[in-house]
Amino acid sequence: MEFNVNSIPHYREIDGAHGIYDEGNVPVKKTVTLLERQMTMNKMLPSLEEAIRRVGLTDGMTISFHHHFRNGDFVVNMVMDTIAKMGIRNLVLAASSLSDIHEPLIEHIKNGVVTHVETSGLRGKLAEVISHGLMEFPVVFRSHGGRAAAIETGELHIDVAFLGAPSCDPYGNANGYNRDEDNGSCCGSLGYAKLDAIKADKCVIITDHIVPFPNAPFGIPESQVDYVVKVDSVGDPKGIMSGATRYTKNPKELLIAKTAADVIEASGYFYQGFSMQMGSGGASLATARFLRDKMLAKGIKCSFALGGITGQIVSMHEEGLIKKILDVQSFDIVAANSLKNNRFHQQIDASYYASYVNRGSAVNQLDFVVLSALEVDVNFDVNVLTGSDGIIRGAIGGHPDTAAGASLSVVVVPLLRGRIPCVVEKVNTVVTPGRTIDVVVTDQGVAVNPNRPEIREKLIAAGIQVFSIEQLKARAERIVGVPEPIKYEDRIVGVVMYRDNTVIDVIRKIGEVEL
Amino acid sequence: MQIVALGVAGTMESSDIIVRIEPNDGGGIELSIESTVMQQYGKQIDRVIRKTLSDLGVESATVAVVDKGALDCTIAARVSCAAFRAAQSTDYVWNGGVKQCQAD
Amino acid sequence: MPGRLRRSMLFVPGNNPGMIRDAHIYGSDSIMFDLEDSVSINEKDAARYLVYKALTSLRYGKKELVVRINALDTRLGIDDLEAMVRARPHVIRLPKTETAQDVIDCEREIARIEAEIGLPIGTTGMMAAIESAKGVLNAYDIARSSERLIGIALGAEDYVTDLKTTRSPEGVELLFARSMIVNAARAAGIAALDTVYSDVNNEEGFRAEAELIKKLGFDGKSVINPRQIQPLHDVFTPSQRDLDKARAIMEAIKEAESRGSGVISLNGKMIDKPVVERARYMLERAEASAVIPIEEV
Repeated sequence: MEFNVNSIPHYREIDGAHGIYDEGNVPVKKTVTLLERQMTMNKMLPSLEEAIRRVGLTDGMTISFHHHFRNGDFVVNMVMDTIAKMGIRNLVLAASSLSDIHEPLIEHIKNGVVTHVETSGLRGKLAEVISHGLMEFPVVFRSHGGRAAAIETGELHIDVAFLGAPSCDPYGNANGYNRDEDNGSCCGSLGYAKLDAIKADKCVIITDHIVPFPNAPFGIPESQVDYVVKVDSVGDPKGIMSGATRYTKNPKELLIAKTAADVIEASGYFYQGFSMQMGSGGASLATARFLRDKMLAKGIKCSFALGGITGQIVSMHEEGLIKKILDVQSFDIVAANSLKNNRFHQQIDASYYASYVNRGSAVNQLDFVVLSALEVDVNFDVNVLTGSDGIIRGAIGGHPDTAAGASLSVVVVPLLRGRIPCVVEKVNTVVTPGRTIDVVVTDQGVAVNPNRPEIREKLIAAGIQVFSIEQLKARAERIVGVPEPIKYEDRIVGVVMYRDNTVIDVIRKIGEVEL
Repeated sequence: MQIVALGVAGTMESSDIIVRIEPNDGGGIELSIESTVMQQYGKQIDRVIRKTLSDLGVESATVAVVDKGALDCTIAARVSCAAFRAAQSTDYVWNGGVKQCQAD
Repeated sequence: MPGRLRRSMLFVPGNNPGMIRDAHIYGSDSIMFDLEDSVSINEKDAARYLVYKALTSLRYGKKELVVRINALDTRLGIDDLEAMVRARPHVIRLPKTETAQDVIDCEREIARIEAEIGLPIGTTGMMAAIESAKGVLNAYDIARSSERLIGIALGAEDYVTDLKTTRSPEGVELLFARSMIVNAARAAGIAALDTVYSDVNNEEGFRAEAELIKKLGFDGKSVINPRQIQPLHDVFTPSQRDLDKARAIMEAIKEAESRGSGVISLNGKMIDKPVVERARYMLERAEASAVIPIEEV
C-alpha cells in the first residue's frame, strides 16, 4: 500500500517514529543453530587488550571495578597491567573497594597511569603508601550508598566498567555463581557491579567460566554488556570467600555479641516481623547467634535480613527464622549457594541497598543494624577507615548508610585492642556521624547516645547497666593510659564523603614517627 | 643491681613485651624500643622502663625491647624479671604489702 | 565471707599478660591466677612478677582474687608466697594438699610474711586443692586445719593419675572424691569447689558435669575458658518456678509467725524445717547472683 507519512494525522507529534519501512534495511536472518551462533556470533573478544581498544578507552577516562572478589581479585591488576602496557594514562580508577591484593596499583600510580582513585576502602601496602602521600590528588572515599548515588546522578561518570564475573555466557549474561558444579571463583551476589553495568558508557565482563546462553538467572543482563573476555582466572577462590563463616570462638567477641543481643531485645525493636543487618566482624556476626536463641525462645521471626550475607543468616533463613534475604554482597560459599538455590534470597544492587537519591532503598526499612568500628568517640562519631596509627586500613562500606537508615544502630567494639583504646576523645577519622549512632556495646559496658533517652530507659528497665560514653572512655584510659595524639602533616591524602557526598572529614598525610 | 649477663623475659604475644638486658660497663642505660604503639605510648614505655630499672638500682645496662602493646604493669614485670635474670640474682624484693589500688 | 558466690573460678595462666588484663570482664565470681601447672619451670619467676604487678596495679572490681602457688616442697612455693602475700589477693590456693600439716605449714609461712609487712595476721585467706587419693582420704582433716580456709577444691587430673585410671565423660571415677570433698567441706563449714572441665568445645558435656556437681552439693567449679562461665551460672541459677516456691514458703513462715503458730503449712502441706532452710539459702544465693554490676569508674 502506498502512503505518505505526512498524510498521517499528527505524524510529527508521534514520538519514536522513524519514517517509512524500507525492506533493504531489514537484516538478513541468521539461520544457524543457537549452538553455532554462540560459537561464532557473540560478544566475546580474544583479549583484554582488544576489549580496551574496542571500548575506546583513552587518557583521562574513568574506569570502574567491583570488589566482590575481595582479596582474591585478579581483575583490577590484570586490567591495569594491560592498560599500562597500552600506554593509556591519567585514568580515574573508581572501584567499589580495594584491598591488599591491589598493591601493584602503586606502580601504576607512580607511572601516571592512575592519577585519581575512588573507593570505599584501602588496605595493605597500597593504603600505607597513600597515607604517606603517594598521590597528588586525594583519594575519594565513599560509602556504598554514596557511591551508588554519585553514579546515579551522573556526578561519578563511568566511561568503562571492567566487571569480573564467575560465570558468563557469550552474550554477557553474568553471574556470581555457576549453575553447574564448578564453583571455582564463586562470589554470590554481584550487587556492587550491577549499578556500574547499568550506568557505565561501556561495560566489559571478564570471566574465567563461559557457560551456554542464557546464564539465567543472571546478576548482570547482556543488555548492559558490550564485550566479554575470557581469561584463565578472575581470582583466587581462597581470597574471594571462605567456606562457611563460623561463629567466633573469641570469648571477648562472644561477650560483646551477647550483650548486643540483650540490648536489641530490650530496645523495643525486637518484635514479630523485625528487620535487621549484621555488619562484618566477629562480634556483630555472632550477635545473630544470640538473637537466634531469643527468637526461638519467644517465637519471633525476622521479616528480612539485609546486607553482606553470611552462612549464619542463611541457616536462620533455611530454618524459617528469617523470611527473606536481601543480598548486596555474599560473604561465604554458603551465602553464594543460597542465592543460587533459595527462592527468597534476593540479589540487590548498591542503589537498592543504600542510595539516598533513588526512590527508596532497603537500609531505610531496617529496624536495627549491628556495626563494627575501629574507634568511637565521646560524640559517638565512628571511624572504620584509619587505624590507631592514622594509616588507612579499612573501608567505609555501608556503615554510614545503615546507621542512618536503621531505627536502631548498635556499634559493637572492644574497649581495648591490645593497648589501644577504642573509645576515645576524638576519632582519627569521622566516617559515620554520632547523631546516627544509638548504642555502643563494649566488653566493659554499654553507652547510649543521649539523643535516645527512651532507649536508655528501656535498657535500664531490662537490667542492662548503662554508662555514659565518657565513663567508657575513662575506663579504657585508666587501664592503658592516655595515648598521645597521632602526628599528621597538613597535606590531605584522602577525602571522606558522607552518604550524601558532602565531605565529612579528611585524612592527612601521616607524620614520621619519633620517640 | 649489677648486670652481669644477658637476661631475657617476655614473649612476642599481643599485649606482651620482650625485654633483653645486657651488661653495658659503666655506660649508663642504653635503651632501644620497638613497639606497635610507638606513636601513642612510646614515651610512656620509655619512662616505665627507666623507672623500673632505677627502682631496681640498675645503673648501667643495654636494654632492647620489642613491645606488642603491653600495659605498664606488664612492662615493669618483664623488665624486673629480665634484670634479675641478667644479674643472676634471686634475691627478689617485693615492696612490703603496699596496696596500690586493687579492689578499692 | 558469708554470701560470697563461688559458682565459677576463672583460671588464668600466670604468664599470659593478655588474659591477666581481661580476666575480670567475663563475669566469673572468682579469678584464679596460676603460678603452678600452666607455667613452665623456666618461667616461674616471670609469671610471679607478672601476677604481682597485675595484682598491685590493675583493678578487678569486687571479684574474689585467688593465686595458685607452687607447692612448698621446693623454693618456688616460698618465693611465690613472699611475693603474693604482699600482693594481697584474697586467697592463696595451695596445690596438691595431702594432709592437714601441708595447710599448717603454708599458713605458718603466710603468717610470718604478714607479720613482716605489718598485715593483721589472718588477712590472707587460703584454699586447699586436693589432688591425690591420700588427700581425698584426709579431706575432712584438711578442711578443718585452718581458720583461713575458705574452701577445698578437687584437682582431678592428678587425682585420676594417682588412682591409676583416666577421666571419663560421666566422671564415675571422681564420684568418691567429689562426695568426700563436699562432705568434708560442709562438715567444716567451708566451700566445696569442683575441678576443671578441659574439653572447652563440648558444651553439652560441660553442662552435664555442671549439673552433676551442683546436685552433689558443690558451690561451683573452676573454668579454663571464659565461654564456660555463662552456662555454669545458668546451671546454678534457680528457675523462676523454684524461686516462686521459695518465696511462697518464706511468706508462709511469716504468716505462721503472725498467727503465733509453730506449724508452717503451704497449700495444705506441712513444711519441714530443712525445706525452709533450703528455700532461705536459695533466695540468698539468687539475690547474690543478681547481675553483678560492672564496677563504676
